[in-house]
Amino acid sequence: MDMKPHYDTFQVQTKPGMTVLDALFQVLEEQDRALAFRYSCRSAVCGSCAAFINGRQRLACKTQVSKLGSEITVGPLPHIPVIKDLVVDLQPFFRRMEMVKPYLEAREQYPAKEFIQSPKDREAIDVAIDCIDCMACFSACPSSWTDPSYPGPAAFVKAARFIADTRDTAENERLSFVGCEDGVWRCHTIFNCAEACPKSIDPPNFIQYLKRKAAVARL
Amino acid sequence: MISHDVIVVGGGLAGLRAAIEASKYADTAIISRVHPLRSHTGAAQGGINAALANVEANRDDNWEKHAYDTIKGSDFLADQDAVEVLTKEAPERIIEMEHWGCPFSRTEDGKIAQRPFGGAGYPRTCYAADKTGHYLLVTAYEQALKRKLKVYEEWFVVSLIVNRDIVNGVVAYDILTGDLEVFKAKAVILATGGAGWTYAKSTNSMINTGSGMAMAYRVGVALKDMEFVQFHPTALYPTCVLITEGARGEGGYLVNSLGERFMQTYAPKAMELAPRDIVSRSIQKEIDAGRGVKDHYVHLDIRHLGRQKILSTLPGIRDISMDFAEIDPIQKPIPVQPAQHYTMGGIDCNAKCETKLKGLYAAGECACISVHGANRLGGNSLLDTVVFGKIAGEHAGVYAKGITDAEANETLMQDALEAQEKRVQQLVQGSGDEDPSILREQMRNLMVDKVFLFRDKEGLEEAGAKIREFKNRFRQLRSIIGSKICNLDLIRAIELGEMLDLSEVIISSAMKREESRGSHVRLDFPKRDDSNFLKHTLAYGSRDGPRIEFSDVKITRYQPEERKY
Repeated sequence: MDMKPHYDTFQVQTKPGMTVLDALFQVLEEQDRALAFRYSCRSAVCGSCAAFINGRQRLACKTQVSKLGSEITVGPLPHIPVIKDLVVDLQPFFRRMEMVKPYLEAREQYPAKEFIQSPKDREAIDVAIDCIDCMACFSACPSSWTDPSYPGPAAFVKAARFIADTRDTAENERLSFVGCEDGVWRCHTIFNCAEACPKSIDPPNFIQYLKRKAAVARL
Repeated sequence: MISHDVIVVGGGLAGLRAAIEASKYADTAIISRVHPLRSHTGAAQGGINAALANVEANRDDNWEKHAYDTIKGSDFLADQDAVEVLTKEAPERIIEMEHWGCPFSRTEDGKIAQRPFGGAGYPRTCYAADKTGHYLLVTAYEQALKRKLKVYEEWFVVSLIVNRDIVNGVVAYDILTGDLEVFKAKAVILATGGAGWTYAKSTNSMINTGSGMAMAYRVGVALKDMEFVQFHPTALYPTCVLITEGARGEGGYLVNSLGERFMQTYAPKAMELAPRDIVSRSIQKEIDAGRGVKDHYVHLDIRHLGRQKILSTLPGIRDISMDFAEIDPIQKPIPVQPAQHYTMGGIDCNAKCETKLKGLYAAGECACISVHGANRLGGNSLLDTVVFGKIAGEHAGVYAKGITDAEANETLMQDALEAQEKRVQQLVQGSGDEDPSILREQMRNLMVDKVFLFRDKEGLEEAGAKIREFKNRFRQLRSIIGSKICNLDLIRAIELGEMLDLSEVIISSAMKREESRGSHVRLDFPKRDDSNFLKHTLAYGSRDGPRIEFSDVKITRYQPEERKY
C-alpha cells in the first residue's frame, strides 16, 4: 500500500441525481478496486460517509455531483487519523463523546408508565437529538484538533440534549465535565461546526446554552 | 481466539436490545459490520406500535385489537401465539425505551404521541417526529454504552461454527485490518437485518445483504416464508429513499397523473391507509394503466397539511425530498414509487427466538418467527426488534449461563478458521473473468423484473434459470484484490455470494406458493388458497438448490377470513 498521502484523479460518467457516493462506487467498481470508504444508508441518516468534499465537510450520499462543478476533490475528514483513503479512525470522536455521560440518568424510580413530558418540554431537546455522529463538526473544530481532552461540538450537543431533558437528573455532573477547564470555555465560537453540520444542528447555540448553565452553576 | 458466552451478530436495535438483555446473565459481546449507529434501524421513520390508548381516538384500543390487526394484515399467515407475545409486550418495551431516554413526540397531556398507520383500527403508532428509528437506535446505543457492553465494530461475521447441531461460535473478518479471527461462544444471536439489497429498487441501506440469513442457511437452518417481500408504496423517485407511511398517516393523499385520489378504486374505506401490499399494488396498477406521472411514479401530496404541521411532524420527509429530489413538499407533491422495503421471511425460529440448532438464536428482520406473515403492518418492525431482541437475549443468556462444561473443540475451531482463510484465498486467486459488480446489478435487476409486486410461473421459472446461471458465473469470478485494510472488493464479493443464495431461495419459495397472499401475488393463481397454502414455506439448502417443505401456521383465536379494507 502507498503510505505517502496523495490524490488520484478519476473520470466518472455522471447521470442525473448522481451523488458523490454514487461516484465513489463507480470508481470502486470500474477504476480502483482498492478504494476505501464507508457507506450504509445512502439517505443521510447513518453518518457513515462524511468526507472533505471541495473544501468542506459533507455527507457524500447527499451531495449532488451536479452542484460541485466539473472537478471534485474528495478527501478524508481532516484532523482525524486516516486508516485508508476516506476511512478515518472513529475512536477519537466516540471516546470524547463518552466524556459527557452520553445517556439518560432518569429522574427517579421509573414510573409505571412513561414519564410525563409536555410538548413544550419535549421541544427543548428538538434539533439536538438529530445528530447522526458523522464527525463533520469534530473534524472542523480547531479546539478539538489541539486539545484531546476537549469533548468537541457533537459531545456538547449531546450533553445539552440531556441537560435540557426534563427526565434527566445528572445536570450537575454533566456541567462539571463540560464546564471544566477543557470544556465549553475553550470554544472559540468560530462557527466552523455549524457550517459543517449536514443536519443543520448549530452546535454553537447549544454550547452557549451550556456556558450559561455552567456559569450559573458556579455562582 | 476470542471468547464470550454470548455473541450477538449485528448492532441494530434488535442486536443492541438482545445484548443488553443477555448481558444480565452472561458475558456478552456484539459483533457488527458497521458502527452500531450506522445500522439500518436508523432509517426507520414512522413509528412503533403499541396499544397504549394515549389519545382520545384510541381509548378502547387494547393488545387484542393490535393482535387482530396484525394477523389480518399478515393475511392470516402469522403465527398467532407469537403475535400475542408481540402485542402484549409492546407497551412495556416502548415505555422502557421512553424511560431510557427516547425522545418520543408527546400528546398535549405529556404522554407518548400516537398516529394512525396503515391496516390499524386505531391510531396506535407511537412516534418521535418522523425519525423514530434513529432516535430508538441512538437510545439503545446509549444504554449499551452505559452498561459498557463490548462491541467489535467493523467486524464482518463470515461463518457460523457448528459442532453436531450445536453452535460453538463464529468466524469474523476484521474489516480494518483484514484479519480473520475465531470467536468462541456458547450462544450466538443473529440480528443482521433484512436482505433488501437483493432488489435494485429498495429503500434499504446498502449493508442489508442478508448475511445472517445466508450463514444460517448454509449450516442447515431453514429460511421461512422468503417469498414474502414487502414493497413500500412510497419510495422517493428515482433513488428509492423511504418516504414514511406517517406522511399518509398524517393525512397525505396519493394522486395519479389525472389528479385523482385513486385509492378510492382499490380500498374505498381505508383509502391511503390500507396496508402496504394493497397500496403498493394499486400504485403499480395506476402506473401500468398509463396514469403514472411521466409513466414512472405517482404523487404523494401533503401540501394541504400546511407548513406548520409538515415542519413539526414530517421534518425529515421535507429534508429528504429537498436533498434527494430537489422538491419542497410544502410547495409541490412528492414523486413516489413502490420499492422493496422489508424481508418478512427469514431464519426459521420459534417465539423464544430459538432455531433448530442448539445455541443459535435469531431476532429482528433476519428472523422469521413469524409475526408478520405475508404482509407486515407499518410500525410493527421496530416493535419486533425490541420485543424479540429482549426475548432472544434472555433465552440465549440463560442458556449460555447454564453451560458450565463447554469444552472448546480446538480442532473444530482451527478447521473453521482455515476454511475461511481458504475461501478468501480462492477469491483473491480468482477463477475466471466474471465481474462481480456486473453480476450484482444483473441479479438486483432480475429480482425487480421477475420477482416484484406481480409474479407468475413463467417469470419465476425464467428467474430461477437466470439465478442458477449467475451462481455458475459467480464461481468464475475475476481475481478479488488481496489488500488487507478496508477491502471493499472482498466484502462485496462475499455478500454477492450470499445474496445469490437468498435470491434463489426467494424465487424457489415463490414458485412453490401457487396462490396469492399478502405481498405475494401470483397472476396465475390470483386467489388465496387456505386449503393448500395456509402454511409456512421452509427452504433448506441442498446440493441442487433450495429444497422446499411446509409447516403449519399456529392459529389460536382468529380464523382466516377474507381480507378487506
